[in-house]
Amino acid sequence: MSIIYLLLAISIVIALGFFILFIISVNKGQYDDVYTPSIRMLFDDELVKEAKKTNTTKTKKQN
Amino acid sequence: MNRAKEVLNCYHCGDLCDTIEIIADEKSFCCNGCKTVYEIFSENDLTSYYDIQSAPGTTPSEISGKYDFLENKEIVKKLLEFDDGKHQIITFYIPTIHCSSCIWVLENLNKLQKSITTSQVNFPKKTVRVTFKSDEFSLKQLVLLMSSIGYEPYISLEDYTSGKKTVDRQLIYKLGVAGFAFGNIMFLSFPEYFDIADGNEFWLEKYKHVFRGLMFIFSLPVVFYSGWDYFVSAFKGIRSKILNIDVPIALGISVLFIRSTSEIFLDIGSGFFDSLTGLIFFLLIGKFFQLRTYSFLSFERDYKSYFPIAVTRIDAHKKEETVQVYEIKKGDRLLIRNDELIPVDGIIINGNALIDYSFVTGEAVAVQKLSGDKLYAGGKQLSGVIEIEALKSVEQSYLTQLWGNEAFKEDKVQAFQSLIDSISKRFTIVVLAIAFFSTAFWLYYDSTKALNVFTAVLIIACPCAIALATPFTLGNMLRIFGQQKFYLKNANVIERIAKITTIIFDKTGTITTNKKSVISYEGIPLSESEEILLFNLVRASNHPLSRQLYDTLSARKIIEFDVFEEIIGKGIQATYKGVDIKVGSAKFVNFKGEQNTLQTSVYLQLDSEYKGCYVFKNTYRDGLNYVFEELKTQSKLVILSGDNEGERVRLASLLPKETTLLFQQNPQQKLDFVKKLQQQGERVMMIGDGLNDAGALAQSDVGIVVSENINVFSPACDGILDALHFPSLPNYLKVSKKALKIIKWSFVFSFIYNITGLYFAVTGNLLPVIAAILMPLSSISIVVFATIATGYEGKIFKKN
Repeated sequence: MSIIYLLLAISIVIALGFFILFIISVNKGQYDDVYTPSIRMLFDDELVKEAKKTNTTKTKKQN
Repeated sequence: MNRAKEVLNCYHCGDLCDTIEIIADEKSFCCNGCKTVYEIFSENDLTSYYDIQSAPGTTPSEISGKYDFLENKEIVKKLLEFDDGKHQIITFYIPTIHCSSCIWVLENLNKLQKSITTSQVNFPKKTVRVTFKSDEFSLKQLVLLMSSIGYEPYISLEDYTSGKKTVDRQLIYKLGVAGFAFGNIMFLSFPEYFDIADGNEFWLEKYKHVFRGLMFIFSLPVVFYSGWDYFVSAFKGIRSKILNIDVPIALGISVLFIRSTSEIFLDIGSGFFDSLTGLIFFLLIGKFFQLRTYSFLSFERDYKSYFPIAVTRIDAHKKEETVQVYEIKKGDRLLIRNDELIPVDGIIINGNALIDYSFVTGEAVAVQKLSGDKLYAGGKQLSGVIEIEALKSVEQSYLTQLWGNEAFKEDKVQAFQSLIDSISKRFTIVVLAIAFFSTAFWLYYDSTKALNVFTAVLIIACPCAIALATPFTLGNMLRIFGQQKFYLKNANVIERIAKITTIIFDKTGTITTNKKSVISYEGIPLSESEEILLFNLVRASNHPLSRQLYDTLSARKIIEFDVFEEIIGKGIQATYKGVDIKVGSAKFVNFKGEQNTLQTSVYLQLDSEYKGCYVFKNTYRDGLNYVFEELKTQSKLVILSGDNEGERVRLASLLPKETTLLFQQNPQQKLDFVKKLQQQGERVMMIGDGLNDAGALAQSDVGIVVSENINVFSPACDGILDALHFPSLPNYLKVSKKALKIIKWSFVFSFIYNITGLYFAVTGNLLPVIAAILMPLSSISIVVFATIATGYEGKIFKKN
């Protein structure tokens, strides 16, 4: 039954691991601005589309 | 080309392109500034700026010479966040950030300039943090680059003096620790809870010490780190002889901890560690919820946020140099350019000054000053370059002296006796009385249970639900107000608003709009050709009155004058095909008739013949009458204006008879007036807009700033109200009062929980599992009640 010691140890180590990750992320300032990243992640897609769009408009102008 | 006749919007900024037609790449622009920005973007492959959001731009403003002070190494050093000789990091505040296109283009600055390594936008705060290579690129160049694309950073004296800002993340850490420990302790205490029936299972007997030991270890950081503030606050309260709400909380926490610890060490029971950590966790959530602030607004501004960092000084050899404003000494010669703020009191040596004192006095119209006249700090020069001699240093100037007043040092939250303060005093006394009374009873009846009962009463009476009712009700109200564009500094302001008995309004900019004034013409009617002349004359002038007049005149054919002259301080005159036209002051057009000196008027003369005058009147905000009629039933109303009495008659006819009208009040007099009312026992709300109200705003119980543009700086206050929502003012007051009622009801509910719990405690039957159920149940139900009730009251705004 002393397996309970091992289980407890594992669960606490995992919990502590997540806790430390949380502290690190707060420390890095991840919670200082919770709005801008939500917009920033949309830009990459926008850029790819944009490259195509400008091409088409350019060809239109040449005609 | 029919295109010009259609109403076109600028591709860059969205403004109407009405005057001149500027077209590039088949796109129309309202001005050359916007076109230039577009060209910069299209040359550098940044045109997706316009695809993310349409017409996202801002017209860049004229900045020549404005940033010369960034060549001064001392100043640059103060502004930089990081500097290792090769790389520099700086965070700019950019008021024009408003959409996702702004984020995109500012984070792609490196496409415009290779020396910029990274740039990161914080949208809620409207800041951008730029890293650049300083050996190839200077801070001044960076600022000029950003200004050229319409994102001019706002750099003020405050940035110079405040130094580096550190972010306070204490509460998040504390909340994290408490939540982490609470969750783990919950799991660890479950085995014993499931064992209530027999209590002697072999497995549990063998391992319970491990579980209990771990719970104890987990609770240590919660009590001594997360919950430490409650002990500090309770101690401070007792020392200043106030029984604040933190006293019973701290008492509850310490009793819970001591009893639980002794229970597990003496092997009597499992203790209340889950209730203990849960309690602190919930309390911290309440704090966190209430602390939500509007990071893009600042409620702590003083004159420093308006004043420039540096000005141009002219030394004895007529050489110009930029100096930091604190270095200005009496007798220094300063050069003030167009649109610059005068940082110190001084005398004009050279040039014609047209000074806009609306910041300082609230007067709407700019005043003319000639050489030899005295100027006060805070005025803005509107026409050309002037040279002044400083009479005082910055801190001793007329306006800045106001900030030495006591009113700016007082902490309004501390001074205010909130609802929870007054209740917690009685609450603590009652709880202690019950605890001692029941202990005395058990000492007599069954002394083994006495200590048990004493601690149980203190544990169950710990006012968790009461402590949560206020932050959740007010925090939620704060959010509802914020959605209605009424931004409050903190939740405590709502409570203060509910207690207001007198409301004082400033006039200019508060109950009048800045945008437009009603201009009426008095005199001989003008013919079509005369109107064309007038239209073109005011079109050519940059004087604020000409601009206003121009905006109200209907558009006419554009003509070229043969002669045009603007005589600063007097007026404008021009000749077109032999016809003379003069517009300006009464003296300028030789008007000898009766004048109303209190009104702002512009006189018109055609071919040496007086035609008439345009009288400028304030426009009052929509719904002004409604606001005053609604408010007069619940509070006294006062108009406290820095302007002259010109509008007295009109205001008196517009507003309810009970309103007191006071004119020509300087900033100090405004402050003293508020103070006098407070000494008479009134609770005063001051509603103002500019620096001239700053003293009164600080002195009043609640200082509210009405702002046409939230991004423009407003003086230190307790709340900022978007001018569009001015008519909702009575509703805000009404809802604030309702919020206090909700809190009172929450108190009633939590008392019911407390009494139920006390039954178990006094009879000596408080099991850990009952505490563990009752405590979160009461807290959560109060939170739910407060949220639903405030949401219901907030619906009043949707109706209107």
